[in-house]
Amino acid sequence: MATYSIHVNGETKKVDVAADTPLLWVLRDTLGLVGTKYGCGIAQCGACTVHLNGTAVRSCALPISAIGTSKITTIEGLSKEGDHPVQQAWQEVDVPQCGYCQAGQIMSAAALLSKTPNPSEEQIATAMNGNICRCGTYHRIKEAVVLASTKMK
Amino acid sequence: MLSFNLSDSLAAIVKGNKSLAATVDFNSYLSISPDDVITIFSPNPELGQNIKTSFPMIVAEELDADWKKVKVVQAALDVKKYDRQLTGGSGAVPHSWERLRKAGATARQMLVDAAAKRWNVAASTLSTNNGFVIHTNGTKLSYGELATEAGSLPVPTDVKLKNPKDFKLIGTAVANVDNKEMITGKPLYGLDFYREGMLHAMIQRPASFGMKLKSVDATAVKSMPGIVDVVTFKNNVAIVGKSTWEIMKARKALKVAYEKDGNIESTSDHDRIFKELLDKPEATVRRKDGDVEAAFKNAATVIKREYQCPFLSHAPMEPMNFFAHVKADGVELVGPTQTPDRARNATATLLGIAPEKVTVELTRLGGGFGRRLQADYVVEAAELSKLINAPVKVTWSREDDMMGGSYRPAVRYRFEAALDSKGILIGYKLRGVGVNAGNSTREDNFPSGAVENLLIESINHQSPITTGAWRAPITNFLAFAEQAFLDEVALAAKKDPVQFRLELLDKAKQSPTGAIKYDIDRTKAVINLVAEKAGWGKKKNLAQGFSVYFSHRSYVAQVAEVEMINGNPVLKKIYAASDCGIVVNLSGARQQVMGGIVDGLGHALYGQLTFKEGASEQRNFNNYRLIRYNEVPQVEVHFVDNGIDPTGLGEPALPPTGGAVANAIFKATGKRLYNQPFTLQEEMKGVKLGQKM
Repeated sequence: MATYSIHVNGETKKVDVAADTPLLWVLRDTLGLVGTKYGCGIAQCGACTVHLNGTAVRSCALPISAIGTSKITTIEGLSKEGDHPVQQAWQEVDVPQCGYCQAGQIMSAAALLSKTPNPSEEQIATAMNGNICRCGTYHRIKEAVVLASTKMK
Repeated sequence: MLSFNLSDSLAAIVKGNKSLAATVDFNSYLSISPDDVITIFSPNPELGQNIKTSFPMIVAEELDADWKKVKVVQAALDVKKYDRQLTGGSGAVPHSWERLRKAGATARQMLVDAAAKRWNVAASTLSTNNGFVIHTNGTKLSYGELATEAGSLPVPTDVKLKNPKDFKLIGTAVANVDNKEMITGKPLYGLDFYREGMLHAMIQRPASFGMKLKSVDATAVKSMPGIVDVVTFKNNVAIVGKSTWEIMKARKALKVAYEKDGNIESTSDHDRIFKELLDKPEATVRRKDGDVEAAFKNAATVIKREYQCPFLSHAPMEPMNFFAHVKADGVELVGPTQTPDRARNATATLLGIAPEKVTVELTRLGGGFGRRLQADYVVEAAELSKLINAPVKVTWSREDDMMGGSYRPAVRYRFEAALDSKGILIGYKLRGVGVNAGNSTREDNFPSGAVENLLIESINHQSPITTGAWRAPITNFLAFAEQAFLDEVALAAKKDPVQFRLELLDKAKQSPTGAIKYDIDRTKAVINLVAEKAGWGKKKNLAQGFSVYFSHRSYVAQVAEVEMINGNPVLKKIYAASDCGIVVNLSGARQQVMGGIVDGLGHALYGQLTFKEGASEQRNFNNYRLIRYNEVPQVEVHFVDNGIDPTGLGEPALPPTGGAVANAIFKATGKRLYNQPFTLQEEMKGVKLGQKM
C-alpha cells in the first residue's frame, strides 16, 4: 500500500492503495465515483473511459502509480450540471438503452470533440470504435456526436 | 385499498415543503401529492427495453397527467401489489396493458368525482386535461388540489378506458426517464451498490463443465492485503475482502484442483454428435401433416440443406453481481435481476425460510439478454452472506461471466423441401438437434399450415454445459436458417422470394393444413410494408435480401441491401417493418428495432463460444467479438399502424436479421452462408461492413 495524491474532477484526493491498483477501482471502490464502469478489465470495451489530461483512456488498465500529476476527469466531473454539449446531445437524441456503457461513450465523444470540433465520419468512427454498446445504440451515438458538434460551435 | 404514504409526507415535511398534507396512494402504480407530483411506480426490471418509461406512460395516458410532473420510481419486488414482475418473453406490455390503463383511468375517475362533489355538478359534465379537472365554465382544479378528497372516495370498479384514437402520450417519442442519471454517472446499477460495512467477494467456480471441486489451498490468499476470508461451499471458492482489486489480485494466488464429475465435452464432440443425431432414425415428432414420404418420393426437385450455430454468451455490459445480507430476521437482496420473484423463492428455498422473509430491491440492469432470468448468481451471494454472517456484494469478472454458463445453445438444423414440376412446395421437413436446447424447433410457425405434407422433429443432446434463454430463444438462429432456406427454395421454384412467401400465406389462408398459430394477415402486412419501403425488386444497382419472422407475439419483416463498391460487396442498409400492435413509446420502440437488428447482425457476424475439454475458449472481449460502431449498416424502421393492443417488441426484431443479410449477400455474390458466425466462413470473404452508417 502507498499513498497517492491524484487530481480528480478539479479536486486533489489522497488514496491509500496498492501501486498496481487500476484507476477504475480507485474511482469506484475508494472514491465512490461509480459512473465509470467495469466491463472487461482488459481495455477492450471502453466502459471505463475517463480523461487523462483531456485524452480518453481506459481506466481499467491504468495503474494508479502511473498517473502522477495528470488531471483526471470522470463522467461525474465532465460538467457541474450534467449539461456538457455531449451530455445535452445524448439526452436530446435519447441515446441510452440499458445505459451501462454510455458514460464511457460520452467520455470518448467529449475527448474527440474537444480536440476535433468538426469531426469527419471517419474521425468519429475511429474515436468511438473502442466503446462497445451491447444494446446496439450506435446509430444514436453517431447522431448525438454530430449534434454535440453543432452545439459546440 | 387506499392508504397514506407516510414516508413520503414525512420527507416533504423534513424538506420544509409547505404542503403538509399526505401524498395519496391511489393504487399500486400511482400516488399524487397535494403539490401536484404524480409518482408512478414501475414494477418490472429495466434492462434497456425501456419499460421504466413505457409502463408509466400507459398509466399517465389514462390519468390524463402532465408528463412533465410525473416522477417515476422503480418498485421493489411486491407479489401482492404487482403481477408478472419480470422481464422476459417480450411480454410485459402485452400482459400489463389493461392493468396499467385501468390504474390510470380509475384514479382519473376519482379525481373527476372529487371535483364534481366540490362544484356540486354531475361528474359526466367534467373533462380532464394535462393534470387538471375542467368545469364546463372553464374553471379548473389540479390533480394535486383534488388528491386528498379523491383518495377518500369509493374506488370505481368499472371505469371507461380511452379510445386509442384519443391517445395523446402513447405513440409519441418520450425520452428515457433515467437519461439524466445515466449521462451523469449516478449509481443506478447493481455493481454501483455500496453500503457501509459491506464486504466484496468474487467466486472461483469450476472452469470446465463436467468438473467438480477436489481440493483448495487458500493459504497464500488469506495472507494477502485486504483479504478477510476464503470460504468454500458447493463447487465454489469465495474470496472475501475489502475491495474489488484486492480480491482480483489475491484470487490469482488461489490453488484449486478439480476432478471429473460428468461428461467433458468439446466443440468437436458437438459437431460429431450433431451429424449423428441428424441421421438417427428416430426423433421426437413435433408436428406431422399429410404424407411427407410420398411427397418427397413424387417431387420433381428436392432441396436439402444444413445450418449450424455455436454457443453464445449473453455478455451484458454489466457483469453478474448481487448484494445479499442474510440477517437473523430476514434477507435483504439488492441487484440486477430479470426475475426478482424467482430470486426470492430460490433464496428462501436455499435458506429454508419463508419467501416473505426475503426482500428484493431492483437496481437498473446493465443489460440482461436472458442471462439474468437465472437466479444462480443471487442465490450464491445469499449463501455466502449467511456463511460469513455479513453483508456482501458478489461481483463476477468478465471471465467469470463468459465461463459461467447459461449460454445460447449450439444447434444444427436440417431442412428439406420437395417441389413438384410446377415449383409448388409439396413437402417440407425440418429436424433440429442441439445441446441442451430443449425443443429447437418452432413447429407451428410459418411455413407450417401452408404445406400439405410436413414433418418437424427434434433431438436434444444432454450436456453438462449449461444453457438458457438468450434474447429471442431458439428463434435467434432458427429464423436465419429457415429464412435462408426458403430463399433457396424460392429460387429453385423460380419465384421471387417475397412473392413465394405471399403465395404460401395465401394458400395457408385459403386451405390451411393443420393448426395455424400465427396471424396470416399480420405477416402479410409487414411483408408488404417492408417491400414498399425498401423498393423491393426495383433497385437495379443493389442486391436485396428478404426475411420475415413471427416471434413471441409480434411480426417483423426485413430487407437487407448489399451494394458492389469497387468490386466489393458492402452491407449498406437494413429496412425493418414491424407489427407490435400499438406502439407505446415511439423512441423506445425504434430503439428496440434498431438495437435488435444490431444485436442480431453482430452475433450472426461474430458471436462464437467454442469449448475445449468442457471450458469455453473465449473469455473476454479480446476474442469474443461483439459488433462495434464502424461495422453497423444504416437501419430504417417502420411500424404497421393497426390499433391492435401491444404485442411486445423486446425481441422480435432480432430473429429476421441474419436471414435478410445472408440472402442479400447471396444475391450479390452467389455464395450461400449456412453457418454462424458469418465472418469465419469462406463465403463471407471480401464482404465489407458498416460503410457510412
